[in-house]
Formats: sequence, C-alpha cells, structure tokens
Amino acid sequence: MPVQSADRPMPAPFSEYEIDAAYDEMFRAKGRPRPHYKHLYTHLLNLPSEELYRCKKEADLSFFNQGITFTVYGRAEGTEQIFPHDLLPRIITSSEWATIERGLTQRITALNLFLADVYHEGRILKDRVIPGEIIYTCKHFRRQMRGVKVPRDVYVSVVGTDLIRLPDGRFVVLEDNLRVPSGVSYMLTSRKVMKQIFPALFRKCGVRPIEQYSQALFSTLRSLAPEGRSTIVLLTPGIYNSAYFEHAFLARQMGIELVEGRDLVVHDNKVYMRTTSGLQRVDVIYRRVDDDFVDPLAFRADSSLGAAGLFNAYRAGNVVLANALGTGVADDKAIYSYVPKIIRYYLGEDPIVDNVETFMMTDRAQREHVCANLDKYVVKAVGESGGYGMLIGPHSSRQQQDEFRQKILADPRNYIAQPTLTLSAAPCFMNGRIEPRHVDLRPYVLFGEKVTIVPGGLTRVALRKGSLVVNSSQGGGSKDTWVLQN
Amino acid sequence: MLSRVADSLYWMSRYFERADHCARVLEANYNLMLNPSKLSTEERWHRILSSLGVPGTADGIDPQMAMIRLTSDPGNESSIVFCITESRENAGQVREQISSEMWERLNRLYHFVTQANPRLETDSDPLRLVTAVREGAYEFHGVTDATMNHDEGWHFIQLGKYMERSCALPVLLDAYFAAGGQADDLDWVGLLSSCTAFEAYCKVYTADLKPDAMAEFLILNPEFPHSVRYAVERMNAAIAAISQTSFTHATGRVERIAGRLRASLAYVQIADVMAGGLHRYLDTVIEQCKSLHAAVHAVYIDYPIQSALEA
Repeated sequence: MPVQSADRPMPAPFSEYEIDAAYDEMFRAKGRPRPHYKHLYTHLLNLPSEELYRCKKEADLSFFNQGITFTVYGRAEGTEQIFPHDLLPRIITSSEWATIERGLTQRITALNLFLADVYHEGRILKDRVIPGEIIYTCKHFRRQMRGVKVPRDVYVSVVGTDLIRLPDGRFVVLEDNLRVPSGVSYMLTSRKVMKQIFPALFRKCGVRPIEQYSQALFSTLRSLAPEGRSTIVLLTPGIYNSAYFEHAFLARQMGIELVEGRDLVVHDNKVYMRTTSGLQRVDVIYRRVDDDFVDPLAFRADSSLGAAGLFNAYRAGNVVLANALGTGVADDKAIYSYVPKIIRYYLGEDPIVDNVETFMMTDRAQREHVCANLDKYVVKAVGESGGYGMLIGPHSSRQQQDEFRQKILADPRNYIAQPTLTLSAAPCFMNGRIEPRHVDLRPYVLFGEKVTIVPGGLTRVALRKGSLVVNSSQGGGSKDTWVLQN
Repeated sequence: MLSRVADSLYWMSRYFERADHCARVLEANYNLMLNPSKLSTEERWHRILSSLGVPGTADGIDPQMAMIRLTSDPGNESSIVFCITESRENAGQVREQISSEMWERLNRLYHFVTQANPRLETDSDPLRLVTAVREGAYEFHGVTDATMNHDEGWHFIQLGKYMERSCALPVLLDAYFAAGGQADDLDWVGLLSSCTAFEAYCKVYTADLKPDAMAEFLILNPEFPHSVRYAVERMNAAIAAISQTSFTHATGRVERIAGRLRASLAYVQIADVMAGGLHRYLDTVIEQCKSLHAAVHAVYIDYPIQSALEA
C-alpha cells in the first residue's frame, strides 16, 4: 500500500467508523476520504450533530407528508410503511458512471436481441451457445409469444439493473430486472428532498440532474406507439399493490391515465378504456402487472387484474405493451450466467460490466461442490426476486442449509449459487453517528428509439449492521445517488 | 375521465352527504327530545327513523340504543360510521385524483368516528360524534372547493352531493307532514333545524311557523342550500358542465330528465302541490331523482360496449 493510504485518526462524527474488507465508497483508508467525497466530508465535519438530527427529521417528515410508502406482504393486512431513507448521498464519479453507462447500454442491447431471437428463429439455441432446455424450462418463458412481432423489436424498454461493487472497486451486475422493475419514484422523490436539505453541497459538487426521467420514460413509451396514435396509459394492479404509490406518481408525472384492468375493454382485438366520454382507444400500455395476470384468457384464468382479450389484441399488433410479455426468460437467474456469452454472441464484444460468478445447480460437479459448502454460498431460487426464497450461507443455520440442500436436489433447475459477496459500504447516519452500511446500486435504463440512462439510480442500503440484504421488504432503505459532472 | 374514477368520486360524495344529513337530523332531534311533548318517545323515534328513511319500527325502542345504532354501529347501513367508511373507501380508490387536503380531512374524520366508542352510560358521547361529523363536513366541502380543480371530477362530486340531498329532503319532509295534524311548533322547529333552516326561514317568513310556508321554503326556495329546488339546480349545473367536458353519445337523455325535474320545481306553486297531495308530489320528486341517477350511471359509468362503439 502506498504511504498516502496510511490510516489517520477519524474525527467526529466518524469516530466509530470502521473500515473492513469491503470496498468503502467514501474512504481509501481511515481518515482519508476519496477525492470525490471531500466536499461531503468537510461539510459533515463542520456540521454540529444536532444539525444532522434536524436534517434527518426534516427529511423523514418530507417523505411522510408526500406519502412515500410501500406495503410489506405477508404481515397482517399489508402494513403500509414509510420507505426508510438515509440522509447521506452516495457519490459516483463521472468516469465510473461512464463505464456503467456503456456497460448497461451494451447489456440491454444484447438482451433485447436475445429475446427477439428466442421468440423467433432461436439461432442462439441452434448454435448451442445456450442449451434449449434451459429456455423451455424457464417458468417465465411464454410460448404464446413465439412469432409475435413487437414494435422496433424492443422487448424490454424499462430495466432496473442491480449492480454491486466488489472489494477491488469494480461494479458487477448482480441481477437484471427485465419484467416490472420498481423503485424509480424513490429515486426521484429522494432527490427532491435532498435538494431541500443540502442545497450548498449540490452547488459545490456539481451533481448531474435526474429529474428528466419522467419525460424520458414518456418519450420511450411514445416511440413504441404506432404512427399517428399515441394514447398511453399506465396499468396498475390497484391500490393494494405494494408499488401503487409509484404507479400513481409516474402517471401523474407523465400526465397519462392510471388504469386498472377493469377500466379496459377489448373489442374486435382493439383495446379501449371506459371513460365518461365513451370508450377511448388505448395504444400503449406501460403495464406494471406481471405477465401471468395481464389476460385471464391467455394466462392465469383467475386473474382479475388484467383485461380479457388483451393478449389477442397485442398479438394482432393493435396495442403495445411495455415491457413486452415473456421478458422474464432473460432475467431468470440461471440464464443470467449466460449473459456474457449472449453479449459476445450478438455483439461480438466483451462485456464491459461483468457478471457475478454463478454456479449452475443443473451441472453435477458444480452442484456437488456447492452442496458440500453451503455455508460459503448464496443460493437463490431462479424465478424469485425481492430477496424472497434465498439462503445466505454464512448467516444461515445448519437446519436452513439442510432444507436448501433438499430443495436443490429435488429441483436443480430452480436454483443457482453465487459466492458470498461483500457489497461495498457507504457512510450512513445511524442514531447520531456515521457508520458504514452495505449498499448496492440500481440504475434505470430506458430503451425505445435509443438507450437512455438518467445519471443516478436507487442506492439501496442494508440498514442492519453487517447485513447484506438491501431489499425494502427485508429491512433495506435507500439513499440518494449523486453522479458528478466531472 | 375514467368511468371508474367518476363513479368513485360520485359515491364518495353521496355517502359523505348521507352521513352529514343523518348527523344534522340527529343533532336537531337530540336537542328537542329533551323537551317534553305530547308524542311518546317511541312515536318521536319512529318519526326520526322514517325521516331518515331507515326501515323498521321503533316499538319498544331504547333512545340511547337508537342513537348508537344510527351513529356508531358499523353493521347498520344507515349509520354515520358506515357512511363515512364507505365515503373514505371510495376516496381511497382515487386518492391521486382528489387533493391531499381533502384526503386528510376525510381520513381524520374517519379515524375519529371509528375510534369514538359511545357507551350507553354517557349520554353526551353520541352527540360529540354527531357534532364532529357536521363540522368535518363544513371543512371537507370547504377544502374541496378551495383545493381541487373545478374540473369534471369536481362536478361529479357536486352531482353526488346534491343527488343525495335531493333524495333525502323529500323523505324527511314526508315524515313530518304525514303526521301534520298533531305536530306542534317544537316539531316544526325540529324539521327546520334538521335542514339548518331555522334562521334562513325566519328571514323570509318571520318566526310564523306555517306548514305551507315551510313546505314552500324547503321544497321550492331557489336560494337556500338545503331546499330541494336548490339541490336540483346544482345538479343541473353539474350535469351541464359534465356533458360539456365529456361530449359524448347519449347525454341528451340525462339532461332531459334533469331538466324536467328542475322545471317541475321551478314552475309550480305550493298551493297546487298541497292541493294535489304533498306525499304524491314528493314521491314523484324521488322517482325522478332515481331515474336521473340511473341515467347518469347508464350514460357515463356502465354503458353497454356495443352502443359506445357505434357512437
């Protein structure tokens, strides 16, 4: 280690700040902040602790008044909670961001080509780059989508990619969310609150804006609309959905109708919404309802969240769905491990942002290795998200490990394993002190006429000390993410 | 505007008005019942129940029990708690369409009435709930006017409020005039107070409480907010505004029914009404309101798909 990285004493409010093996977003070493964090560091040193408390209170109140809440499933009557928010921004340099931006653009381009291929010729399967079996056994593969032409061949127009930073400082992709990614409203509202609280820091740091997200989303959706028709709506499962706040927020920001399945009528393969002025034709649906529920005639018959006949109208090309149906086949956790190959196959390029090393439980040697070392791995069910259905080896009991071993052996296709990764840590304001907590990063990628990524994203925080689980349903919170101008 | 949204706004408003009306009637009578009268308690409660259009008899009724049934019994569909709950439920479905001030007022009132738990022992508890609803209603109407766009949604809110009022007032009047012969001045004061009309009536007719004059005031007066005519005029205005913003197929049908009802109130004299039988007249008003409600529903909310496609 060079001399300049030697530890120095940490002044208050950092006196309890520990730096361990994880990459620390703010410090190179104790008492030595990274250059892009200098302004924040100085600001915090000069801020009396009562002032920090006051800021925290002000921020919480602002979130409360805006009604920024989410619903946790599995508890009595879906309790509504304020989304926990940490006061300190997570800062990313412009060169780090440039890499992320190029990497995610490359990735979404390749994944869209992959989806178009899988639902048409299937060249990648014929060329044996990916075993066909893994596609057809994926529970998010929709055979109804075969041969369906989608506008611009864009299957995925809204993505929320989860990135984490490894101890060596590299960002890698942990998960692609290609179905109905959520959380972007937290990114937007938290920026608004932060500007009220730290105006001076914004002026000094040169933070790139993200407020144009709603307009970018709207243009993306409009670019998918057929020539001369442009009624766009947002389809929500309704007020009991955990992300209803976000649906209402985005609809309002874009000035489009927020519809539920029962507002839609399909007649003669055309989709209409029932308004007080009669039936109005709908051209593009930004749907926040899962594939399974969009049409009881084509998919789950017990769904009342979609509209009967919607899929036929879609197949006839009379309405656009964003994202397209069946995109889940590309964010299946088993297919995830093939993404680097997918990128090479379609683009002839090396991946700019890497994957996390992943073990396939369908492979006998890998399965045996993982099952023998369950305490060292994170095991995930391939079709789940939101932190549900996973085993974190080092933090699990023998009994949990045995349970998962049984599950893996019973259905190897349904599981993958990854080494336990140490997520990077960022400073958080916890009970009057500043302490490190593990974070990830979810930038939002839009793909219509072109790829748009607003500089920023949702930094999710594992609020419990030492925890690596950042999902909001499992005790995670969020931070504002600042991408610097230069 | 989405039909579902219009429907929710309409019912939010109707249920709120229903709770407010019930509170007003109870407050007026609760005061009055403290005075002795030649009518028995049972007879007086019977009139309260029928003036609110609540089915059932008041035989052997316990006054305190009856009060609780009408205020805080969530299982009773005429109770204030039930109506406020329904109103809030509808508002919750379209929370992003109403102003946050409106939601806050309604939510606060809902929490107050559901948590208030009047007991039999303490008389004044039900009255506190009734007063809270009356005051909450003034606040809610105030913020609705002051904080929301006066757009199509606002007009559906107005339509709901005045539709409910146009239906409730005839029922109330009918209950009082049915027993007209035996009613004394205090009973008539009760009727006027149930419509917060006592002072307004005296301004026009002095404190001379004549049944015909009171009927004229509460049915035909164009300027008093709790008269049938006033409510029907407001409904007409709302309907005209709605049909303008959502120029559509069969709005003519709604306007025709509303216009006929309005004309039957605007061009009639109280003497003719009384001569032809007040009960019959009030019945036709209620019938016309019902068919207006049905027409609004059929034209704007739940129209057949086929007819909408041909238009």
